[in-house]
This record gives sequence, C-alpha cells and structure tokens, in this order.
Amino acid sequence: MYMYILKRLGLALLVAFTVSAISFSLLFMAGDPAIAIAGENASAEDIQMVNDRYGFDRPIVIQYFEWLGKAATGDLGNSWYFDLPVSDLIADRLGVTMLLGLLGMSFALLLAIPMGVAAAVKPNSLIDRASLFISVVGQAIPSFWFGLILIVVFSIKLGLVPASGSTSWKHFILPTIVLGYYATPAIMRLTRAGMLEVLSADYIRTARAKGLSARKIMFKHALRNAIIPVISLAAVQMGFMLGGSIVVESIFALHGAGFLAWESISRNDLPTMQALILIFSMFYIFFTFLADILNAWMDPRLRIA
Amino acid sequence: MSDTSLTSASAKKPDAVSKKGKTPAHQLSPRAKMLRRALRHKGLLFGLFVMSIIVIVAIFAPLIATHDPYAQSLLARMKPPAFMGGTWEHPLGTDALGRDYLARLVYGARISLLIGLIAATISACIGTFMGVMAGYFGGRIDLLVTFFINVRLAMPVVLVALAVVALFGGSLYVVVSVLGLLLWDRFAVVMRAATMQVRKLEYVAAAQVLGASLPRVLFKDILPNVMNHLIVIFTLEMAHAIILEAALSFLGLGVQPPTPSWGLMISEGKEMLLFESWLITIPGVALFFLVLSINMLGDGIRDVTAPEGRN
Repeated sequence: MYMYILKRLGLALLVAFTVSAISFSLLFMAGDPAIAIAGENASAEDIQMVNDRYGFDRPIVIQYFEWLGKAATGDLGNSWYFDLPVSDLIADRLGVTMLLGLLGMSFALLLAIPMGVAAAVKPNSLIDRASLFISVVGQAIPSFWFGLILIVVFSIKLGLVPASGSTSWKHFILPTIVLGYYATPAIMRLTRAGMLEVLSADYIRTARAKGLSARKIMFKHALRNAIIPVISLAAVQMGFMLGGSIVVESIFALHGAGFLAWESISRNDLPTMQALILIFSMFYIFFTFLADILNAWMDPRLRIA
Repeated sequence: MSDTSLTSASAKKPDAVSKKGKTPAHQLSPRAKMLRRALRHKGLLFGLFVMSIIVIVAIFAPLIATHDPYAQSLLARMKPPAFMGGTWEHPLGTDALGRDYLARLVYGARISLLIGLIAATISACIGTFMGVMAGYFGGRIDLLVTFFINVRLAMPVVLVALAVVALFGGSLYVVVSVLGLLLWDRFAVVMRAATMQVRKLEYVAAAQVLGASLPRVLFKDILPNVMNHLIVIFTLEMAHAIILEAALSFLGLGVQPPTPSWGLMISEGKEMLLFESWLITIPGVALFFLVLSINMLGDGIRDVTAPEGRN
C-alpha cells in the first residue's frame, strides 16, 4: 500500500510540474508582458524600466524556475491590478470557493445516490425514467443559463433568495444548486450501473436465500460495494467542479477564487492568472490522487497495479 | 462516465422479436439489423430530427431571417416576440440595439455548429492519434500518452481557455483552436482502451503475420473497428465545445460582439434580466435543444452500433 501511494504521489508531482510549466509558458507566448504593463504606446525607456524591475527580458526558462522556486515558498508575486501579494488575494477568496465546492458536491451526492439506487432497484419504473430524464436534460443545460433562469424565477419573480453577493448563507443556495447539478448526472449513472451489477451478484442471491431483510441486503451488502467507484468519481468531479466554479461565481457575483480568476483574466493580471491556474490544477491533482488512494484502500485488488 | 447501462432503460430488446409481415431478424445482414435498431431507437430519432432542423436552419439562414442580424434600429429596440404581444415584423422580437432576434438566432446556429464541428475535429485528430498509438504500441508510448492525458485533465479547461482568449484576442479562430487543443482527452482515453481491445484480436495478429505494413494494420484493421467509439465521443465533445463556446462568450471572453453567438446573446440579455427575461430564454432554449439533440444522437449511435454492450 505504501509503495502504491508513493508511486501515485510521484506521478501527481510530475503532472503538477508539467502543468505549471505549460501554464507559465502559455501566458508568456501571448506577447511581451513588458508591453502589457507599460502600455501599447510606451517608449523604449519605459519598457526598459519595466524589464529592469520584473526581468522579462531574461530567458523564459530562468524566469520559470525563479517563479517556481518562489511559488514553492508561497510567494506568488504581486498582482498587477490590485498591487497586493497574489497569495494574500487568493487566501482571502479561497474559502468561499471551497465552501461552494463542498456544498455543491453534497447537493449532488444527496440527489444522485438515492435516485441512482431507486432507479436500479426498479429498472424501467417511473423513478428510473425520471432519473434518466434528469441526467439527459441536466447534461444539456448550460450552467450559466441555468443560473440565470434560477435568478429570474427565485430571486426576481418569487423574491425568495438574493441574486448576487456572498454575505449570508442564503446567497449560497442558488450557486450550490447550479454547481451541484453539474456533477449529478455522472454520479447518478454510475450509482445506478453499480447497483444493477451488484444486485445481480451471487452473494446478494445468497443473502436473499438466507432470508435477510431487503433493507439489510440493500444497505449493508449492495450499496457498500456499489458505492466504491462513486466515491472516487465524486473526488474527481470535485476537482472539475472547483475549476468550473469560475462560471457560477461570476453569475452570482460570489467573491471566491473563481470570481478572482475572472477579474484577473479580464484585466490581464498575469501573475494572478498564473497562480490561479496553478492552484486549480493542484486541486484537481489532489482530488484525483485522493480518489486513487481511496479506491486502493477500499478495493485491495487495485493496489497491485 | 463510460457506462452503457443508462440508455439501456430506453433501448429496445435485441431484435429477436420481429413484427408480422417483416423479414425475421436472423435473415437480415448486420447492416440492415443495425438500421432496424436505429429506426426503433426513439432517442436516436429524436436527436436526429432536432439536429437536422437546426442544421437546415443554419444552412438556409439567409432565407429564414427576414432581417440583417447586424442591422441596428434605434426605433425598434426591445420589441417583444410575437407570442408575447409583439408583431410578426419581428417574430422573436428585437434586442437592446434593435436587432432582429430571429435573425441573430438563426445566424447564431451557424456559429455554434461551426465551432462544435471544427473544435471536435481538431480534438478528434489529436486524441485519436495519441490513443491509437498508446493502445497499439503499449509500453513507454502508452505511459507517455497516459501522462499527457493526466496533464491535460489537470488543467482547468474554462480557466485556461479564458486566459488564452483574453491574451490572444477573442476571434472565432482563437476560440476554435483553444477548444480543439483542450478537448482531446476523452478521445485519447476511449481510443486507447478500444485499440487495446481490438489489438488483441486474432485477425490483427493474422494481418501482421501476413506482412501487412504498420499503416495498413492501423488504418484497415484497427481504425474501422474503433470507429463507432470515435463517432460517439465526437458527438459528446461537439456538444461540449458548443457549451464551452457559449460559456466563454457569455463571460465576455469568447466570440466578440457583434457576432451573433448564442452565449453572447444570453450575456447581452442578462443586462435586461429584470424586465425582459425572454432575451435570455430564447437563445438558452436553442442552445439546450442543440446540445440535447447532439447528446441523444451520440447515445443512440452507441446503443445501435454496440448492441452487445446493452444489458
């Protein structure tokens, strides 16, 4: 098991390293950052001044390793727009995004797992069809549009919840639904498929033959096994969801890291952009790593691979 | 996410049951059987029907739209659609700049379809190449490709796409290229697995023994047998690219105004959210039906081409 964790950790670090290199060079390819700071019509002296201060005229590899070295110690540079350390900016905003991610995932799991189980217990029943309908429709609704429709109905027409901001718990209701529904179809499908497979297994027939109650079979024997792949999918989806929070946060003006990303992108704030891309990919890498470990822990057969 | 059982709920029983007056299923060629399955698959037919309508509308946009999608009119701003008390002069009303909403909607279909098709084609080329290589050769190449897939998955798509569009400028080309270069991961994953399966089959070994060249084995023996997976992923990624383009344009960093993109229309309508919600409803519903039809088409093709995958 330790060997397995070590291997996975090494791979995760390598991926993180590559992603950081790609995102760094990507943003540098777009043009000379010195001109971006000094402005289109800047004189040669102005550009020279910017270069003296930030060192943009040095080879990109050197700049990258310098940035990486600083990033490793928590120094992500200064934001060009806010003129504050990027690490402080992000630390301020990350809480909201993580809270939103957790709420969204809880929403998705609470909706998807019961629906998936119910659908598998009675295939082709009304609830099976309903869950199929939800997942087909859910995958086709663009989340930004879904969010706007919810605002129109629940904030404007009914006046039940505030439309934007992040000051009270009420502000999180609609964003949670929008972010959570995104992960629901996949989790529901997997729960249903897993339950169908497990329910036809021999040991379930044995349990039935022994005369165990349907309830006990369902929860103690079937769901426990069917849920294993669902948990790792949920972890992976969590990584995706945090990356997708930029859309949800900008619709509802929730001041989280996603909103900060949108602000920094629309203002060409390169250091903040770079740091956020790095952090969101770290989240994804962390969650997939977690999923691998959880999987191996719950299913010893995987540890050999 | 690669389960086939979901659609099985609506999928038909294998074609053993034949209706009166029709040729029994066992006398049909595999191709005819597939066609028969397709004609009985409601989801597939629905998807095909809706998508055909949208494609026809996009192709014949100049004939359908009675106005220029770019022509502004200060006198005809925010006219409601005909079904909400407006006139038939502007069947779907006008936007805040007085542009005919129907014209913008039908020309917008062109943008969505174009972006979806081109982006998915770019991704399909990259992903299929990587996946087939990894699946066929295995070993180090497989490790390398798997690593690339991991790296790609770790990059937050929306964030990276937004950043690139912001830095390189929001032209149609930039948006299409970014999406094409970002969405190849599923192609690679599925093609890799499918190739690995096919590669083990005896006829591939037979072709190799007969001295077939590598390109011949890849193109004549491997590729045709993983084609159905390729088509299914192509539809999924096309839908994905269309939604992403709309999201980027919605956030202001995709296709730029005054291009009639559905995402952009929703973004412009957002300003009027309080008063005129149809401005976001109309392009949103269009987007929803386009994506829904493509997804249903893809799911249907999967069911029809791989009946053994159903339970």
